[in-house]
Amino acid sequence: MTALPQATDKRLGLVIDLDTCVGCQACVTACKGWNDQGDGLSDQDAYGADPSGTFLNRVHSYQVAVPDAPPQIVNFPRSCLHCEVAPCVTVCPTGASYKRAEDGIVLVNPDTCIGCGLCAWACPYGARELDADQGVMKKCTLCVDRIYNQTLPEADREPACVRTCPTNARHFGDFADPESEVSRLVAARGGYDLMPDMGTKPTNKYLPPRKKGPGEASLLAPLLDIKTTGVAGWLDRMLGKLPG
Amino acid sequence: MNPAPSVILFSTLSGLGFGFLAFLGAGALVPSGWAAFFLWGLGYGLAVAGLLAATFHLGNPKNGLLAFTQWRTSWLSREAWASVATLVLLAPVALSDWLGLCLPRGFGWVGAALALGTVVTTGMIYAQIKAVPRWHHWLTPVMFLGFAVAGGAMLAGSALAPLALVGVGAGLLAIWRVGDGAFRRAGQTMGSATGLDRIGTPWVFEPAHTGGNYIRREMIFVVGRKHAGKLRWIALGLASILPALVLLLPLGWLGVALAAGLHLTGALVARWLFFAEAEHVVGLYYGARG
Ligand code: SF4
Ligand code: SF4
Ligand code: SF4
Repeated sequence: MTALPQATDKRLGLVIDLDTCVGCQACVTACKGWNDQGDGLSDQDAYGADPSGTFLNRVHSYQVAVPDAPPQIVNFPRSCLHCEVAPCVTVCPTGASYKRAEDGIVLVNPDTCIGCGLCAWACPYGARELDADQGVMKKCTLCVDRIYNQTLPEADREPACVRTCPTNARHFGDFADPESEVSRLVAARGGYDLMPDMGTKPTNKYLPPRKKGPGEASLLAPLLDIKTTGVAGWLDRMLGKLPG
Repeated sequence: MNPAPSVILFSTLSGLGFGFLAFLGAGALVPSGWAAFFLWGLGYGLAVAGLLAATFHLGNPKNGLLAFTQWRTSWLSREAWASVATLVLLAPVALSDWLGLCLPRGFGWVGAALALGTVVTTGMIYAQIKAVPRWHHWLTPVMFLGFAVAGGAMLAGSALAPLALVGVGAGLLAIWRVGDGAFRRAGQTMGSATGLDRIGTPWVFEPAHTGGNYIRREMIFVVGRKHAGKLRWIALGLASILPALVLLLPLGWLGVALAAGLHLTGALVARWLFFAEAEHVVGLYYGARG
């Protein structure tokens, strides 16, 4: 049913820490690996000249000009935000897209999806990709087949991307619980929504990069003052005399 | 957005077909005998050809019937219902015209309203998408409706057709004017998409992937936009001005056929632009405002 639940008991989702993410792409690989079971996520021309494929998680890299501080590289993982007001769900003509009332996870049922692509159009965040081989829509499942999976060791009952992250930049938890780790992180670090004006009320939150101190004019600046002696000093003086 | 031939053909042909069916249903033109067979056949043919083209856009059409289930929330589902209801409801009217059964016209009126309603649902599929600011406006369903009414009037040989065609031109000018500022008015930037406007001004350092993907192919279409200005004039001339002038000449059915050919070509160009010029906010993540 593509009507959204009034409210969900839990609000499961991720916190992504842009301060600690190093852009290693481990979460992209772990996500692809875990979700490649069963029907999997198809690739086209994977080892050829024009590879292309279905991924549920992508990591962008931005350069940010920061006023009064050195520019920063910020790595930016992007996956489904499990929005409270999920436009991808309400546009779906078949009911294949739905939001679970018990935990707020947004899923696609591949058995009823017709591959019309409308949900991917409706998502502002590019979180849905149509599988070119199977013709059905794929998206982050919040690893619903891990987080409740009693056959996995307890430590593994969290999303593959969270489990694998070497810098702990991804955190999983229940935002409906103000005492959960994710809720506390958001409160402490000013976690924010992406494009809040789109009215989607994302569950996932992003933690901003911490402010870095004012930078030196150049990392090489101290070296520029070195007084050369000997042969190097002679070369320095001679070269300095040459025009140009 | 990717101007896929299937969606362009679908919305253009079915729009024209349902527009013509509305005029036939309402009795603006009451053919009889074989003329009725061919004219109704044309309306049904266009509408059904459009709907069939739409199924080519589906990745998994075998579940197609499920598209009727979510009419409470989904405009696509409502469109499925409206189009089938129109085609079913108008069938007895078409038969009555063909075989001279003298069915009361009331059926036709309901069918005509449903036909135009179908076109509005098509427009709403696009207008509801907030992530594509150019589409997210009430002018979108009005434009779809305008094309259907003008095209239907033209095929029905209505005296109002030239006026309706001029109306389509005015509609196109309005939607282009409003649409050109829509993305800026929506106020989304790479800064708000990433939230990095909190610390400074971001730009792309490295793309998330160097290969193609569905998002880029489907949502970030930039090819050919540089010709948009010229294509707008072509669309305006072919869809609106030229067919309106042709209809004013005393050419009879030949004039209607000529006008229809011009109008349909112009409508396809306008619909191509409708997709190609529409920018999705997801492009911001990729450094494309597109
Ligand atoms: S991020 Fe996109 S796909 Fe995920 S719930 Fe929100 S709108 Fe839907
Ligand atoms: S692609 Fe599938 S899940 Fe998405 S709107 Fe269409 S039917 Fe629903
Ligand atoms: S939660 Fe699971 S499906 Fe979602 S991005 Fe992480 S690994 Fe992929």
